[in-house]
Amino acid sequence: MSFDIVLTVNGTRRTIPIPDPRTTLLDLLREGLHLTGTKKGCDRGQCGACTVLVDGRRINSCLALAVSLDGAEVLTIEGLAEGDRLHPVQEAFIAHDGFQCGFCTPGQIMSAVGLIREAQAGNDPERVREAMSGNLCRCGAYAGITEAVLEAQAAMTQAPTSQHPASPRQGEAA
Amino acid sequence: MIPFEYVRATDLAGAVAAGTAPGAVYLAAGTNLLDLMKGGVSRPRRLVDITRLPGLAAVERMGDGSLRIGALARNSDLAHDPAFAKAYPAVAEALLSGASAQLRNAATAAGNVMQRTRCPYFTDTGSACNKREPGSGCDARGGETRLHAILGWSEACIATHPSDFCVPLVALDALVEIAGPAGTRSVPLEAFHRLPGDAPERETVLEPGELITALVLPPDAASFAGHSRYLKVRDRTSYAFAVVSVAVALRLDGGRIAEARLALGGVALKPWRAREAESLLAGRAPDEAAFRAAADAALAGAEPSGDNAFKIELARRLVVRALARTAAGTPERLPALPGSAFAPLPEAAHV
Amino acid sequence: MSETAPRQMRHGSNLGQPLTRRDGILKVTGAAAYAADHHPPGMLYAVMAVSRIARGRVTRLDVAAAESHPGVVAVMTPQNKPALARHPDEKNDGFTFRLDLLQDDRVRYANQPVAVVIAETLEAATEGAALLDPAYEAETPAVGLDGSEPFTPPAIGVGDPADMETGDVAAGLAAAARTIEATYETPAQYHNAMEPHAVVATWDGDTLDLDTPSQGLAMAQGRIAGLFGISPADIHIRSPFLGGGFGSKGMIAGPQVLGIMAARLVGRPVKLVMSRPQMFGPVGHRAPTRQTLRLGASEDGGLTALDHHTLTATSTFDDFIEPSGGVSHTLYAAPALATRHRAVRLDTGTPLFMRAPGEASGSVALEGAIDEMAEACGMDPLAFRLRNYAETEPASGKPFSSKALRECYARGAEAFGWGKRPLAPGQMRDANGLLVGWGVGTATFPALMFQAEARAVLKASGEAAVAIGAIDMGQGAWTALAQIAAEELGLDIDAIDFRIGSSDLPNGGIAGGSAHTATAGTAIKIAAADAIAQLAALATQDPRSPLYGAGNAGVIARGGRLVRRDDEGRSEAFTEILGRAGQDSVEGKGAAGPDAARESYAMHAHGAVFAEVTVDPDLGQIRATRLVGAFAAGRIINPRLVRSQYYGGMIWGVSFALHEQAVMDPRTGRPMNANLAEYHVPVNADVPSLEAILVEEEDPHVNPLGIKGVGEIGVTGSAGAIVNAIWHATGKRVRRLPVTLDKVL
Repeated sequence: MSFDIVLTVNGTRRTIPIPDPRTTLLDLLREGLHLTGTKKGCDRGQCGACTVLVDGRRINSCLALAVSLDGAEVLTIEGLAEGDRLHPVQEAFIAHDGFQCGFCTPGQIMSAVGLIREAQAGNDPERVREAMSGNLCRCGAYAGITEAVLEAQAAMTQAPTSQHPASPRQGEAA
Repeated sequence: MIPFEYVRATDLAGAVAAGTAPGAVYLAAGTNLLDLMKGGVSRPRRLVDITRLPGLAAVERMGDGSLRIGALARNSDLAHDPAFAKAYPAVAEALLSGASAQLRNAATAAGNVMQRTRCPYFTDTGSACNKREPGSGCDARGGETRLHAILGWSEACIATHPSDFCVPLVALDALVEIAGPAGTRSVPLEAFHRLPGDAPERETVLEPGELITALVLPPDAASFAGHSRYLKVRDRTSYAFAVVSVAVALRLDGGRIAEARLALGGVALKPWRAREAESLLAGRAPDEAAFRAAADAALAGAEPSGDNAFKIELARRLVVRALARTAAGTPERLPALPGSAFAPLPEAAHV
Repeated sequence: MSETAPRQMRHGSNLGQPLTRRDGILKVTGAAAYAADHHPPGMLYAVMAVSRIARGRVTRLDVAAAESHPGVVAVMTPQNKPALARHPDEKNDGFTFRLDLLQDDRVRYANQPVAVVIAETLEAATEGAALLDPAYEAETPAVGLDGSEPFTPPAIGVGDPADMETGDVAAGLAAAARTIEATYETPAQYHNAMEPHAVVATWDGDTLDLDTPSQGLAMAQGRIAGLFGISPADIHIRSPFLGGGFGSKGMIAGPQVLGIMAARLVGRPVKLVMSRPQMFGPVGHRAPTRQTLRLGASEDGGLTALDHHTLTATSTFDDFIEPSGGVSHTLYAAPALATRHRAVRLDTGTPLFMRAPGEASGSVALEGAIDEMAEACGMDPLAFRLRNYAETEPASGKPFSSKALRECYARGAEAFGWGKRPLAPGQMRDANGLLVGWGVGTATFPALMFQAEARAVLKASGEAAVAIGAIDMGQGAWTALAQIAAEELGLDIDAIDFRIGSSDLPNGGIAGGSAHTATAGTAIKIAAADAIAQLAALATQDPRSPLYGAGNAGVIARGGRLVRRDDEGRSEAFTEILGRAGQDSVEGKGAAGPDAARESYAMHAHGAVFAEVTVDPDLGQIRATRLVGAFAAGRIINPRLVRSQYYGGMIWGVSFALHEQAVMDPRTGRPMNANLAEYHVPVNADVPSLEAILVEEEDPHVNPLGIKGVGEIGVTGSAGAIVNAIWHATGKRVRRLPVTLDKVL
């Protein structure tokens, strides 16, 4: 039995057939839609590499059945930047070297975006560390991650109406 | 996972009808169910998606002063609801001490109650487990048992219930509202999870087709708000299950404990209410001697089920600590590390 | 596209500049393509079935059940697997490890692959693998360090002798005023890079195209070529980004080869990605150790003897012996010194290099024992270490090529506030009444050099193309190696088309042993120098050039121009030189490797790590609240990335001390916590405060760039410092790692 679901993925509303109800949101994104920025580190909700926003909330996409998310809005790492203009969290991760191998990074960044939206941590580093603890980083980039989240949050709070602060990035996109 | 039929329920009656079929299970967020399905532990033939059922996510203050938490209320929404956290701070602290922000954003209140043990011999289909396969034996006995039960276990099963949320709920006399083929009923949460005995496969009192529609905190549960804590000892600072946890709620009156509530997590196959310790505390001054006596009473029946004797003494000490912290008053704001030993002592008590 | 990192942030490319990562934008936008992100047309999914026993035979696989599952295309078993040109157990050198490629029905460790299911969808392949439901004839496995008879291994690590003694240890101990004996145990640990091993394999006749993570492309090519009987040149491996390696991707692993075999079997491209639980078996681990240290010291705290005995484990079918004693060869000036290694054979997967192999496990035990001796002598642990500072390498007697460890101790202690440390344990409490302790550990890691080749092409357009099959697994090769290229070519970094991460490029060697920047960087330096020399020859031999007659050695490259050394006013642009010569480009080649000068010196990076822990006296909960590390590792190419490497290493130290361990069921030999919920690595909240101090050090001997390497040293010292800090907080010496709360209750 195939279900058709409607998902708004990174701002684009689309009807997506789900021929196999076993398909998780993570596998749909990666294998079905080829949005491979979202990573599979454990597939069991234990590492956070698959974090995306669903209806504005960060969740583990590996533990969500795609078919049950009919009608949802999904934001993945691919939808965060506006063209060449990076999101403040992305900029801050580069500036603070908040990653090494980069594999957990899309999940970390989406988690950070979710954290800032939740507005529970404030500028308390301890609360940020706790709230980012669902994202493992085996390289050990936690110090830079915490700094990046705090800086991006400050930048976004100071300029809530402007889209993003000016990007320091030069040169062409990948 | 095996192929399953996906049924999206649109009303409660339809859900119950679909959920009564053999091999059917209810799907809410799926954070625990999908994990178990991926591991081959759970192999349902039909998933009845209840996430679209109307009204099941509501959190309502009822006319009698009780609070009705809809089955689908998300863990994080509940914990971050300022009114809820003010009235039931230990519940909020327990919720925020559990899992990760991502999981709390997805997981539902009823799903948390329904989560299954983390015993590695249960989640590993290569091991014998009486809970997974009745009569197959228990490979946990004589195996790796550092985190297993110290209370209420049986020869058939030494697993523990992993929930944080349920621990303060049990202390606060929460009720579970259930709908099923035979209508609706309500049972105390304390009686909802079953101890293993010789039938560890029967985990709760739910009958086939029944599902949780709400959790209800009775009117007096909010009367403990000023002295209410959840403390959780774990092997990592965050994102870890409890080695042992304790929920305490006190009503103080004229420098004495008018009423005490005490429950432990991570020690048994259900959230463990320590009623004898509670009675012992009633009427006493909140001092070290009383706390120690209560801790001894709470752990009086404890026995190691393997290499976990340390948990008995740890639980005693945690009870003492939790009582002391609770007597000092609920912190104005939940600590940055909820439930943690490393959370700073509260500077200002709740009023 | 993914092989060329985007350009950004042009604040200077010179060596020593804190450039942000050049692959940063790709990584923060999700555009960096890791192996499992590829989908060639017609691709199928392969999922392994792995063994649930540690020793025995597979007696039955329900192939029919798997095959009848909708979407399943094929089931690969020992019966129908494609023929291999070489048996997977055949070894040709110390870097060839035996693999489990369905050669027979034997099971030699838990989670060993026993079959592969190939299907149209991932869901079908996954369920198909579950449906195989193997039946076994199980045998009693050897588990734990007491699980079998110890033997003396013929070699440890990558070929060092098992035993070594200098001086008379027995006499040194007998003459000592004080002796201590301490036995430390470290558990089996699994690398658990965030990226599980993955392969996307496409065959075209006998040509093989692979996306797969590898820390050493040429070695991977060679291994695969041997197994399939094809030419290494016909194997094209893309590995531009590794989602972490830590040693587990140093050699091509069995599951990666199984993906290639599956593609061969079905004649279509195949993707095989390991599940997290499957990572606890066929892709290596750090072996458990039991290390007994006996130390003697004189009245004034001078070591008279140091004896370091290691018992470790390897698999029943192959050898990798964790060389834990190596750190004792280097660190402390004991006139009599002995290290011995013994091993038992267990029914586990073969252990492998894991970040600081030997040094990490050995350092914990040595630093713990040194601390115990300092205590026995009534001395401050730092003063004791300084009292026994090694001016020459104790084991070899060689001078150090450079050693700024004294400055590391001094600067680390200063930044940490070590001077205020009470000598006795249990003296400090925080505002919450929790116990606080401070500990120190010495860090060390050898400065190695491997082999690598590079190519540098200067073009008439004024740009350059630099290529090397180097690997970025997070350490920052995309950035640091490009900085070296820019420096040596005298060009802006943005004028260089810099390529790494492909086997079609010159052999970049192996990214391991903390030697990759040194080795690949030296190859790039030599290739660049070759290109510049060719350019200089064109200019200095051409009467029309302002550089005419300067001689090759008389010019330097700077800002896209050759400049006369003795007269900087005379220079000529690369473009002009090539244009006049009518040449499109000059191509320089470089090869790097260890040179003979290395024989004359002991070459090591050093550091000092200071740790603060908080321990709940009643509940035993431990948190590493503050770590300060000061490291001297020769020349620093990019301090931003180097600091991150140190932080990462220090966090591994936290993990080693407090968290990580594979919990083996003693009856079955199966890891019972083969997942990231129960195999704990630190989360963000476990790591409150880190500081890494980069101590300057010039080393004229290690390699032409003076680089010692920073990838692994941070793990050493850190774990020991934390264990020592726990003693200082509680008065309890916990010698069995990790130090979990039950051990300090």
